[in-house]
Parts: sequence; structure tokens; C-alpha cells
Amino acid sequence: MEKFETFTGTVCPLDRSNVDTDAIIPKQFLKSIKRSGFGPNLFDEWRYLDHGEPGMDNSKRPLNPDFVLNDPRYQGAQVLLARENFGCGSSREHAPWALDDYGFRVVIAPSYADIFFNNCFKNGILPVVLDEKIVDELFAQATREQALSLTVDLQQQQLVVGDAEPIPFEVDPFRKHCLLNGLDDIGLTLQHVDLIKAYEARRADEAPWLFS
Amino acid sequence: MSAKTLYDKLWESHLVRTDEDGTALIYIDRHLVHEVTSPQAFEGLRLAGRKPWRTNANLATPDHNVPTTERSGGVSTIADPVSRLQVETLDQNCRDFAITEFEMLDPRQGIVHVIGPEQGATLPGMTVVCGDSHTSTHGAMGALAFGIGTSEVEHVLATQCLIQKKSKSMQVRVDGQVAPGVTAKDIVLAIIAKIGTAGGTGYAIEFAGDAIEALSIEGRLTLCNMAIEAGARAGFVAVDQKTIDYVKGRPYAPKGEDWNKAVAYWQTLHTDPGAEFDNVVTLDGAAIKPQVTWGTSPEMVVGVDQAVPDPAAETDKVKADGMRRALEYMGLEAGTPIRDITVDKVFIGSCTNSRIEDLRSAAEVAKGQQVASNIKLALIVAGSGLVKAQAEKEGLDRIFVEAGFEWREPGCSMCLAMNADRLEPGERCASTSNRNFEGRQGQGGRTHLVSPAMAAAAAIHGHFVEI
Repeated sequence: MEKFETFTGTVCPLDRSNVDTDAIIPKQFLKSIKRSGFGPNLFDEWRYLDHGEPGMDNSKRPLNPDFVLNDPRYQGAQVLLARENFGCGSSREHAPWALDDYGFRVVIAPSYADIFFNNCFKNGILPVVLDEKIVDELFAQATREQALSLTVDLQQQQLVVGDAEPIPFEVDPFRKHCLLNGLDDIGLTLQHVDLIKAYEARRADEAPWLFS
Repeated sequence: MSAKTLYDKLWESHLVRTDEDGTALIYIDRHLVHEVTSPQAFEGLRLAGRKPWRTNANLATPDHNVPTTERSGGVSTIADPVSRLQVETLDQNCRDFAITEFEMLDPRQGIVHVIGPEQGATLPGMTVVCGDSHTSTHGAMGALAFGIGTSEVEHVLATQCLIQKKSKSMQVRVDGQVAPGVTAKDIVLAIIAKIGTAGGTGYAIEFAGDAIEALSIEGRLTLCNMAIEAGARAGFVAVDQKTIDYVKGRPYAPKGEDWNKAVAYWQTLHTDPGAEFDNVVTLDGAAIKPQVTWGTSPEMVVGVDQAVPDPAAETDKVKADGMRRALEYMGLEAGTPIRDITVDKVFIGSCTNSRIEDLRSAAEVAKGQQVASNIKLALIVAGSGLVKAQAEKEGLDRIFVEAGFEWREPGCSMCLAMNADRLEPGERCASTSNRNFEGRQGQGGRTHLVSPAMAAAAAIHGHFVEI
């Protein structure tokens, strides 16, 4: 995983609550056995006017001009601004893969579904939780004629918009450490091989049927 | 010793280590694997030169992509080449890594959340994970079960552990008894209506109370299945005699001396008197009506005797906007009685409602009746090959076929429409599945979530009816 470094990017506002992972990446694209290439189908059903299937040339498909991702102001956006319960539904990791492949590195929302939230960190995406009032204010700024540009500083745990007072956010220290250092969870866990084996030995004694 | 919740017991018995900040490494007893969320995990293992930590902790089956129509020709005859590749990839990965798989033509194949309990592969007191959000289902056995992403699938394969933080605990208590005709599906939809689709976010939910104790294990599987639709990764029910009776004699269940030892342990798997939850929600079972969703989120649900709600009456602007968008997508007018909603297709199946009791309850409604003329397709998709065989033994297949339903092979089918079973744009479906999201059952498709009895009644009458 790549290290998460401070960057400044455009904010794309997606003004809907309960955006589910079926909407983020529809089921027909889950048939891929790869991790990459999902970006062109991110929000496929909202983004295009036709029905998308794997293998189509997405550059030739009719775009939905009313969908925010197609707004010229938000081209190249790296920050997705969303509403409550973002990423609910299916556990598909294809959702953060699609966000990442499109170029999003940060999502900001008042709340997330647990599995999606967790999946983001595994893929180098930072899901920022902010109070609903602050999210409302960011929506107001992001929907003006001039797109909103924002700096994400994970080390300092703050978002910076121009000269305004930085907006602090909370993040789990372990997850922050992994993101900043681009650490692989499996490698970290395998440092504890002895503890896992000791657990198994103890448990197999208490509950042998679990190991048969 | 302080009083503990069931969640405390399940959590603590699986702790391998805990950091000062509460980040824990927990041991996973059972890992269920299907074709959609596993290929990239196996690929990750290969790239890193790793092997599964404990092969016999894994059980795999293809379910999401398999056709439900005639398929005796095997995987090579799956028409959609992308689906075929995914099923073939699972078969190959399980062979390469020596993981037990019930392949498509195995009589035990089925939806992963149906076959786990059916085989006794999901046992009380276990931690159970799968790259599928509906893994919460297995909590019905008194297990800690939750869905994970593909990175975590790889992590479990490689280490038999997961890095987790303990959730907060919530008790959802349904007191009293529900009326006849009110099922586990109605109970869980009523719970979601009350707490909302994000109400359980950050929590592990223990379902309790008289109405929950009265449910069969199959009912509890339906209930826990939809914990995730209330935002909770895990939902569970304490072990009681029903749980133990259900497990006894199943292929993967403990035998002999192990059985006695296991039962003694399982009998401790309940919340101690006086244990405290971070949050408690109560419902009156007697007040729960058969439920029908009207919108594009499972919390958009009302009793069948009610009408489609009016966004104008909603004071929260974001919510009202969501309701308007949902009504537009669903092609419904506020104020329409639920009974007046006609449907085009009916789907009885999915990890929520495809077990034998579900099929029996639908067959009871369908017996001697005919599917209404406005119904284009009424599908019955058993949850597993064994459920299908049992239903055929009981003659349920004939009841369905004579009434005009199609009797299909097991799989996830039209719950998420990854195979050929799907809604066309604008089609309306009475479905026993778990998600009514936009496009879930096919782009532009309109889903109403209901119980198997309600779905069967909608097929017979062509619209929702009070049952």
C-alpha cells in the first residue's frame, strides 16, 4: 500500500444519504477477478444514461449531465463529500477499489457503514468523519461556481480550506499509523505467529471440536 | 466476576492479543468463501507466496453467479463468460489451496449463509466470517459472525485472525408475542423501521425477548441476516435448547465426547443477569404487522395495512429529499394504500428467506391457487440443494409448479441479479430478499421486501394483501 501523504485536491459533493455499495459499483462489475480497473464504472448507474456492462468502451457511453461526477467543475476531484451512512449494504471491497481507481483518496461524511469504513483503510483511502453541521457548510462551499479545493493533512489530523481555521478530525491511531506508513496488515499480524499458535493450542484443549 | 453480555463472552474467548488502544487480534473459527469476493484474496496469497493458515477452517461454495435454470452440464455451460470465469476461478483456487468446496453440481451446494448452519459448519460460540455482509446470519446460532472485505478475506486465509476493535453492544428486545402470520422477516423489518438503517452502526446487536425466543432457528437466521440492514455488522441470539437441537447430528457438528463437552460450553452462551448494554431498544411484538417496504432503503417500510408515506410530512430536509427520490424511483404516489400496489414479478429466495420453513410458508399460501395473470414471473429459489431436495420430498415443488411458479436450482439469484435472474427497468417485484436499493435486482427494477407468505400472496393476487 502507498503511504498517505498530505495533498490538496478538489472536492466533489454527492448530496445523497445512504449511498450504498451497489450504487458505488453495480453488481455486474463484481465479476472481475482483478482489483483494478473499476474507476470508469464508479457510480455507473447514475453516471451514464445507458446500461453498463463489463467490457464496454466507457469513453463512448452517454454521460448523465446531471450527475455530479460529470460536472466540469469536479473533474480530477480527489475528495468525495458525502452524506450520512455512506457505503452501506454489501461488503464488496470493489467499492473502495472503484473510488481509488477513479482517483478519490479521501471521503468526508457525517457517518459510514462499518464494513465500508474498514475497507477504505485497507486500500489507502481515508474516510473522514465530520459533524453534520460542518459537512453542511462544506456542501455549501463545494457547490459554488468555483469548486472547493481542500488540503488533507493526516499527520496533523486536519482539513485546510484557504486561510480559514483548519477543521480537525479524529482517526484511530492504529489506522493512522498504517496509512501514513503504507503498512500491510498481514505482515503486521504475522509478527504475532507465536501468539496465534499459543491461542490455538489453548483453545484446542478447551474446545477440540473447533479444530477437527 | 462481573456479569457479561453474550457479546463479551464471544469476543473475549477469541482474543489473541490486545493493544493498549483496544485494537485486537481475534481468532476466526470458520471462514466461508464464495466466488465474488475471494479471487483477489487468493491472488494476494499467491503473490506473497503465502498459504492458508488452517485449511479446514474454510468452507467454500459458488452462489452469487450460478445459474438457477437447468445446469447439469456443469460450470463449463454457464452462459455468461465472466460469471463462468469467476466460478471456475473459485474451483481452481480451492483445488490449489486444498480448501473444501461444494461445487456447483454438489447436492450440498447453496447460498453460503444457508449451507453453513445446515452443515453444522457454523456452531454456537464460533467466530464466523465471510466476504459477504450477510454473514451476520450465522449469529442466530449464538456465534459472532460478520461480513468482511476482500483484504480481510486474504488476512483470514493467511493468518486465521482479524484485526478488530470491539463494537459497542446493543440489545434489541421484542417483548410479547407476534400475531399469527407475522414472521421473523416482519419482526426484523419493524426493528429497522424503528432504529433506521444506520441505527446499529458501530454496534453488535443481541436480539432478545419473548418474541425472539419463540422463533425457530430458521426464523432467527432470517432475523440476524438483516442485522446488517440496520447497520450492525453482527447480530446474534443466545443459545437455547432449540439451538442445540438444531445442531445435533449435522455433518460438521461435534460427535461423541466432544458433543457433551460442546453442549456444556454452549449452555453458557447467553447474557448474564445484570450485564449492561451500551444501548437497549424495545419493541412490542403484538404491535408488529406484516411489513412491506415502499422505498429504496430497508428502513422505508410500513405495515401492509398502511399507505405510502408523504415526504411533505417529514421535517428533516435530507430525509424528505431521500423519500421524494425513492418515490420517484419506485413510481409511487404518497398516500397510495400498500394493498393497491400491483407487482410484475415475485422472488422467493435469498440468504434471508430460502430455507425449508420459508418454502413451507409460501407453499401454504400457494396451495391450490393460481399465480395472477399480471405476474410475468414468480420464482422459487431454494437456498441449497438439500433444502430443494427436502421441499421436493414434501411435495412443495408440485404445489408451486401447479400454481404457476418456477422451481429453480439453488443460488443467490434475483436477490442481487448477478446471474440471469433480474428485473427489467420499471418492473416491480415482491421479494423475500434483503435489499431494496436502486438497481439491486436489475437496473431500474423496483423492489418491495416482504416475507415469503406475503410474496406468495402477492403472486396469487397480483398485489399486496393483508394476510
